[in-house]
Amino acid sequence: MSQRAQSAGTTIPFWRDERVIKGVAQVISAIVVIGALAFFVGNVIRAANARGLGLGYGFLRDASGMPLGESVIPYDPSKSYAYAFLVGILNTLKAALLGIVLATILGTVTAVARLSSNWLVSKIASVYIEIIRNVPLLVQLFVWYFAVFQKLPPVRESIQLPGSVYLSQRGLYIPRPVPMSTFWTWLLLTAIAMVLAIVLYTTLTRYRLQTGRTTYAELVAAAVLVLIPLAGWFLPGERPLTLELPEMGRFNFSGGLRLTPEYAAMVTGLVVYTGAFIAEVVRAGILAVDRGQFEAARAMGLKNIQVLRLVVFPQAMRVIIPPLISQYLNLTKNSSLAVGIGYVDLFYVGRTIINQAGQAVPVFVMVMATYLLMSLITSIILNIYNRRIQLVER
Amino acid sequence: MSAPTTIVRPPSAPGPLRWLRKNLFSTWYNALLTVLALALIYFVGKGVIRWAFFEANWDPVRYSLKLFAVGQYPPEQIWRIGLILVLASFLFGLSARVWGGTIRNFALALAVALGALALLPADLSPLGPTGRLWLAAAPLLAVGGYLLGFTPVGKGRWALLGWLLSFVLMIVLLNGVGGISWLPRIDTSLWGGLLLTFLLAMVGIVGCFPFGVLLALGRRSSLPVVRLFCIAFIETVRGVPLVTILFMFSIILPLFLPEEIRVDRVVRAMLGMTFFASAYMAENVRGGLQAIPRGQFEAAKALGLNGFQTTALIVLPQALRLVIPAIVGQFIALFMDTTLAYIVGLTELLTVGKIVLQSNTEWLFLDMEVFLFVAAVFWLFTYSMSYASRRLERALGVGSR
Repeated sequence: MSQRAQSAGTTIPFWRDERVIKGVAQVISAIVVIGALAFFVGNVIRAANARGLGLGYGFLRDASGMPLGESVIPYDPSKSYAYAFLVGILNTLKAALLGIVLATILGTVTAVARLSSNWLVSKIASVYIEIIRNVPLLVQLFVWYFAVFQKLPPVRESIQLPGSVYLSQRGLYIPRPVPMSTFWTWLLLTAIAMVLAIVLYTTLTRYRLQTGRTTYAELVAAAVLVLIPLAGWFLPGERPLTLELPEMGRFNFSGGLRLTPEYAAMVTGLVVYTGAFIAEVVRAGILAVDRGQFEAARAMGLKNIQVLRLVVFPQAMRVIIPPLISQYLNLTKNSSLAVGIGYVDLFYVGRTIINQAGQAVPVFVMVMATYLLMSLITSIILNIYNRRIQLVER
Repeated sequence: MSAPTTIVRPPSAPGPLRWLRKNLFSTWYNALLTVLALALIYFVGKGVIRWAFFEANWDPVRYSLKLFAVGQYPPEQIWRIGLILVLASFLFGLSARVWGGTIRNFALALAVALGALALLPADLSPLGPTGRLWLAAAPLLAVGGYLLGFTPVGKGRWALLGWLLSFVLMIVLLNGVGGISWLPRIDTSLWGGLLLTFLLAMVGIVGCFPFGVLLALGRRSSLPVVRLFCIAFIETVRGVPLVTILFMFSIILPLFLPEEIRVDRVVRAMLGMTFFASAYMAENVRGGLQAIPRGQFEAAKALGLNGFQTTALIVLPQALRLVIPAIVGQFIALFMDTTLAYIVGLTELLTVGKIVLQSNTEWLFLDMEVFLFVAAVFWLFTYSMSYASRRLERALGVGSR
């Protein structure tokens, strides 16, 4: 046709040139996005100026004047806002780290129970999972905090659990490990033992692979890892760590470590909630390993424990790690619900600073950036690990 | 080989004793576990039953059911919520005929539940006679909708259009229109309870859908600038907790806008939910887009379709069908996330629980009863939705095609 003849002979007009269209589209979208951002930021600056507030971060050096319920580092209201913010970050990490460790343990145990050949045990595990996963976390935190930890008896009538653990309205008192003079030497010794064990294990394994002789690499490494620290613990006259037990005084406990009811409720809630999700992740991972793998491993004469350690576990980990990463991230982000039960976490401190200093936007940017940074760091670390254990395709 | 040796003895019928031995007492440690589990069930069960039936004081729940259901919505205007319920039942009836399968089961369950609530004996029921009438009308209308499904109206597109139109209608009904005497405006601060919870989740999921699709397309775009903006938005929103987003919309949004624009508190929370949900929706849709084989793009191109047509006519319809279960899952998550509106001071279900506890000095310490009730309501809705969605997944054959 004539059209075709035309386009074959002449060059494409610029409004139909794909490169031009793409370039223009990008410029337009950039203008729209940047324009919208500029509009919002302009409004913020205008509003801030109208109220006589700057948008800088200078106020962070001012004394905060706000009391905080708990802190990992020494804190009092004369410290600066920046320092209070740091307290919030540390409190969030304190809840998230313990939560991650305990939730992983609970999740793994639940997954194993869920896969148990015992019908009753498996049903109990699945009832736990189905109840917990279908109730919002904030509701669960309310139950833990307002209905459980706040309803505990007063200090005088504390519930005593085995191992000098006391539960009362004022929180959870547990024995506190106190490092003695020999502690740091002992820690160094343990670190050396750990390095030695790893070195021994790798060399012995390499030797076994090269020569085919039995070397008992695991046994030797385990012996080094256990015996050296044990010797360091018992041989000197003084133990490197002693436990300071909480003792009932006239009105309150003295000694021991106190976990506030807010912290206890926060961690309990996070662990019980995330544990149910991790259980499903771990279960899916174990089920993803083909039955044939078990059978083949058994046919090759591996023992039960070897089948798990050498065949099932490495393959299951590949499936488990990516969703596990997102569960850990969820837990960290969910710790922001602490504000609902008054645990002094990052978000709580940020909100208090906003109320106190009136600097909504700068503080808010700091809070968001901190959460983003935490998400980013976690996912980078776990992604590196994940890349190492992924299947190498030939 | 002689033939008889290949005949395998049929497995003997699984009697209850055999079942017990196989599943509970197969080895000595399994038997031990069974005994321990039985002991656990006995003690926990005994404690729970004794507490729930003899020790707990359910008064705060029993006398506040209306508050839990609709918040402080004016009693003389509750007919609007009844009308919405009836309308939704009608559409569910129609959808049951049109799409069948899981949706039919879901509609049936809804109709039965509403009917049962309507027929509850008077001393147990918190409803007045009008409330009963509305509830009783709902299953009837559902049947009507189902029957209408047999007429030419029973097409997917009509049902979808009906849902979209009635969604708008429902919000107008709830909010009222200024100037109409029989439909006065009702301030959003009076909306509350389960009504607000559902509303926030519905608006969030419906509102985030277009943005999610656009963001997902943008993330896979060949234009680097567009891709960069979309990735930045999605990853930022997914990297921060919902609380911060809701807080941003409730406190910071007014600062971002010119002074003369004032946005209602509930609307701000809805915007926050939508904003947050669109990043997750984008990732869901992207999953569907990635599952479309390259051949589809190439075939569309070979047919002479341009980029827009390829996306709108070939890729998106297939991708969206694939992500329906993920969207249902996201709705469930969003439904549970509405509790976070408590933190920005909206009276959704959980906040109502807090208010009820403080409304009577005798109820101040009944946290366990009230919050367990809230948990049970959430559980009932979420569990039935996730059960339905699992059935839906099987019906759509996702993963097995």
